[in-house]
Order: sequence, then C-alpha cells, then structure tokens
Amino acid sequence: MGGRIHIDKDLVAASATPLVLAILDEGESYGYAILKRVRELSGGELEWTDGMLYPLLHRLHRLGYVTTDWRIPPEGRRRKYYAITEEGRAALAEQKRQWAAVTRALNDIWTRFDLVPAAGEV
Amino acid sequence: MDVLESRIAEWRAYVGRSRTVAEPDIDELETHLRDQMADLQAGGLTGDEAFLVAVKRMGDIDGLSREFALEHSDRLWKQLVLPSKSESDSGRNSNGLIEALLFAVAAAITIQIALRGDGWSGDPSPWFARNVSLFVLPFLAWYFAQRRKLPLRQSLPTAAPFVLGALVMNLYPFDPESSTEMLAALHLPVALWFAVGYAYVGGEWRSHERRMDFVRFSGEWFIYYVLIALGGGVLMGLTLAILEPVRAGLGESVIEWVIPSGAAGAVIVAAWLVGAKQSVVENMAPVLTMVFTPLFALMLTGSALTYAVTGLGSEFDREQLAVFDALLIVVLGLVLYGLSARESSQRAGFMDVVQLVAVAAALVLDMMVLASMLARIGDLGFTPNRVAALGLNLVLLVNLLGAAWLSLRLLTGRATFDRLARWQTRYLPVFGLWAAGVVIVLPPLFAFGS
Repeated sequence: MGGRIHIDKDLVAASATPLVLAILDEGESYGYAILKRVRELSGGELEWTDGMLYPLLHRLHRLGYVTTDWRIPPEGRRRKYYAITEEGRAALAEQKRQWAAVTRALNDIWTRFDLVPAAGEV
Repeated sequence: MDVLESRIAEWRAYVGRSRTVAEPDIDELETHLRDQMADLQAGGLTGDEAFLVAVKRMGDIDGLSREFALEHSDRLWKQLVLPSKSESDSGRNSNGLIEALLFAVAAAITIQIALRGDGWSGDPSPWFARNVSLFVLPFLAWYFAQRRKLPLRQSLPTAAPFVLGALVMNLYPFDPESSTEMLAALHLPVALWFAVGYAYVGGEWRSHERRMDFVRFSGEWFIYYVLIALGGGVLMGLTLAILEPVRAGLGESVIEWVIPSGAAGAVIVAAWLVGAKQSVVENMAPVLTMVFTPLFALMLTGSALTYAVTGLGSEFDREQLAVFDALLIVVLGLVLYGLSARESSQRAGFMDVVQLVAVAAALVLDMMVLASMLARIGDLGFTPNRVAALGLNLVLLVNLLGAAWLSLRLLTGRATFDRLARWQTRYLPVFGLWAAGVVIVLPPLFAFGS
C-alpha cells in the first residue's frame, strides 16, 4: 500500500475549516460535492470521515461564515447548498495568513537542517 | 431495491436515535449517503456493497452525534437531563423524582413552620411577606446543587446570596409598611432566582450556552408552575364544595393549610418536571411563543400608537406606570424565551420580524414611560418607588435597544442570530444586580422609610 501518507487527525481537523471555506470560495456547493473536492485536491491523502463535515458546516453557519439553502437542482435530489459570506471570506483570508506563517516557519527550519530529503517530490 | 430502501430507513432511524441530530440534519446526511452510493454503484459495486461502504465512510454514529452535540449544545442539553432510553426502564429514581419530592416536602414544611411562627390570622405579616422567598428558593438551589453535584467550594456563591438576603431582610430597620420594605420584598425573589441559576448551570455561569439553558429553564418552569396552579385551583374548588356540607368553615381551614404548602412544593416539583418531561414542553413552548409573540406585538403596537396619537404619553399615573412596567417585563420574558426556543441555524424569518415589531413597540412605550417618570421626578422629587421604577425602565430600555438593533441587523443579514442571543445572555446579570441593588442599597438611601 506504499506511498500513501497518513495525515495526523489533529492536522486534518485544523485544516478542515480553511479547506472548506476555500472550496466554498470557488462557488456554492453541497456536502457531498465539498467532500469530493477535498479528496480531489489532496489526491486522496486527506481522509475525512464523511459525517464530520456536517457539524463543521453547521459551525461555520452559526459563525455567519456561510449561508444555507435547501434546493432541488434540475437533475438531482433535494440538497442543502452552502455559500460563503463576506465574513467567511474575511475568516478565510485570516486563516491563509496563519497557515502561511506556519508553513514558512516549518520550511525555514526544515530546509536549514535539511530534514526533508527530497522537498517537492511525492 | 426495496431491501436497500429499508436498510437506508433503518440507518436513518439509528442516526435519529441520538437526540442531538435533528430531522433536517438527518435528511442532509441521507442525501450524502445516497450520493455516495450512486457514485459507488456507477463504479461497479452492487447496491448492498455500495450501502456498506457509504455507511462506513460516514463514520461511527456515536462520534458523529457527539460532534453535533458540541455544535448544538441546545440539543445536547435535552440529552443531559433526560435519562437515555436504555436507562429509563432500569432506574426509576435516577431522574431525581424522589429527591425532588423530598425537597418539595421540606419547602412545604418550612412554609408551615414560618406561618405558625407568624401566628397567621388571615393576612400574612410584613415579616412573612419579606421573607417568603427565603423559605422556598433555598430548597430549589439546594436541589440543583445536589443534582449538579456542585463541589462545596462552588456551593458558596449559591448560598451567599441567601444568607445575605436573610440578613438584609431581618436586620434592616424598615419602617412599618414603608415602600422600601415593599420594594425589597418584591425584588428579593428576582435576585435569589439568579442564585438558583448559579446552581442550575452547575457553576458554569460564564458560559453563554448554560445561560441560555437557564433562560429556557425559567420559561418552562413558569409554564409548569401555572399549569400546576390551575390544577390546584380546580382541586381546591372541589374540596371546598365537598367539605362545606360536613361543617361550615372546614373547607376553608383545610385550604389555609394546603395552599401555602402546595405553592411552595410546586416550585420544586415544577423545576423537576422541566428536566424530566422535557419533550412535552418542547412541543408546547414554540407553539406558545408563536401564538403570543404576534398577539403581544399587535397589542403593543396598538397601544403605542394610541398613546402617541392621543398624547396621553406624558400623563401616566402611578398605577398605569406599574401596569406598563409589568407589560414590558412580560414582553422581555417572551422575547427571551422565544430566543431560547429558536433553532440557531434557522434563517431569519417571519417570527423574527414579529419579534422586532414587538421589541420596537415596547421600546416606544418604554421611552414614553421614562419621559413621564422623569417629569414626575422633576415635579415631585425622588421617592423609593420612583427610583426603583426609573432604574427598571432604564435597564429594560438598554436591553430593548440592543435587541432591536441586533434584530434589525439579523433581518438585513448583517448579523447572525448568535450575536443577538449572546447580547441577551450577557445582559442577564444586569437584571440580577439591579434587583439586588434595590434590596440592599435602596433602603439605606431612603433611611428605610417612605
């Protein structure tokens, strides 16, 4: 089964909010499609338990980062659509800054001590 | 295909078993499950296989409902107070009925002792009226401290207000029949109710969610208390009718015994009912707010308009002021209770508009009352009654202003419901502190007289 990185649970949890917000920033979407997009973006390495997406979406809704709407698309079944709000975009921007700072710090130290043997390669 | 449908239905029922996952959430999860299954079947799996994989990917339901519970603590609360379905058969006293009855009996006996000591002859003495809440509410606080297993150190903040209240009520040299005495007696139960609240939330008084639970509890407690009082009224009426032929006056003397004890015991029984019979009120509470919020909104708007047009706004007399204060308090209670019963994820809708109308009309009335009160004070000077009324109206005014502003923003989509709810829970201590101030600070200011 080689080659697949197992990403730590805490890391998955921490990255969930910016990831979902970023996906919604691309356009409104519903739960299952968001999850497919996450798999696609991470090449299947970010493994989510499907159900856990929903409590997260509800939290984003409570915080006012997304709006929701039940709709029946012409070709499919009744779904709850989520769309990002201005506040959600602001939160996303803030998250981006934080993640950039973290990755910058990690990259700095890792390249200095050369702990990553082949950076840029998977 | 029918087998598959029934399996999905079973899965649905299994998810729904946890009270923290609401019906629309299950719908959403089911859509997800079906989408996933459709994709898997398109990839070549059979219906059964697809179902199994999709369910597995959904994750374990207990963990999921825990996550939902964390996000929707308003739902979690129902799980906490209710014995879970498996438990309910095994332990009948695990829901605290025996405990509640013990405390209720203790409160009833205390009231009787106080009445005997008072030498009751028809009307209760001022001493009894001053202290009545101190005979009952400590038992309620004690009951909750027991139920929440409050450690001793945390019990102190609950006990202290009762001790302080007892000291103030009995050591202050009130002039007989003075208005400071009457005001202190009226405000003490309110202040003590917040001490009960401290025990109710298990000491987590800083938490927004727990405070909302307490608001919800207070509203439901009130409903149960009224229901019990109604039933008790019927019972007393029949008792009178049945005992009267036996001996004239027998019915009355029985009732003189039963009513005070019943009224005291019901305080605790109602509190127990709120916890134990959650799902009953759950169906009733939203209906009650749905019915009464629009009616009060209409009534308030009507009276605000009438007073504005006829120009009577500046000449309220004293009785009218009291009536208006009572009305404003009822409206605030209704608004608060409506907030606590509302699903936070619901979008702004008709009920929010109605609530805004009610709050705005109440605001207008409150300002008229304030203006007239300031005029009275300007003419006649300060009295304890006027200070108490003025303070109450200011406290209400600030609350209503905040509520109206945030409702407006909610309706225009510029604030979340969460903001509005938090405004109200943050404001709660102000009511308690004001009531405590009227009990403790006001009497010395007016030399215990007027």
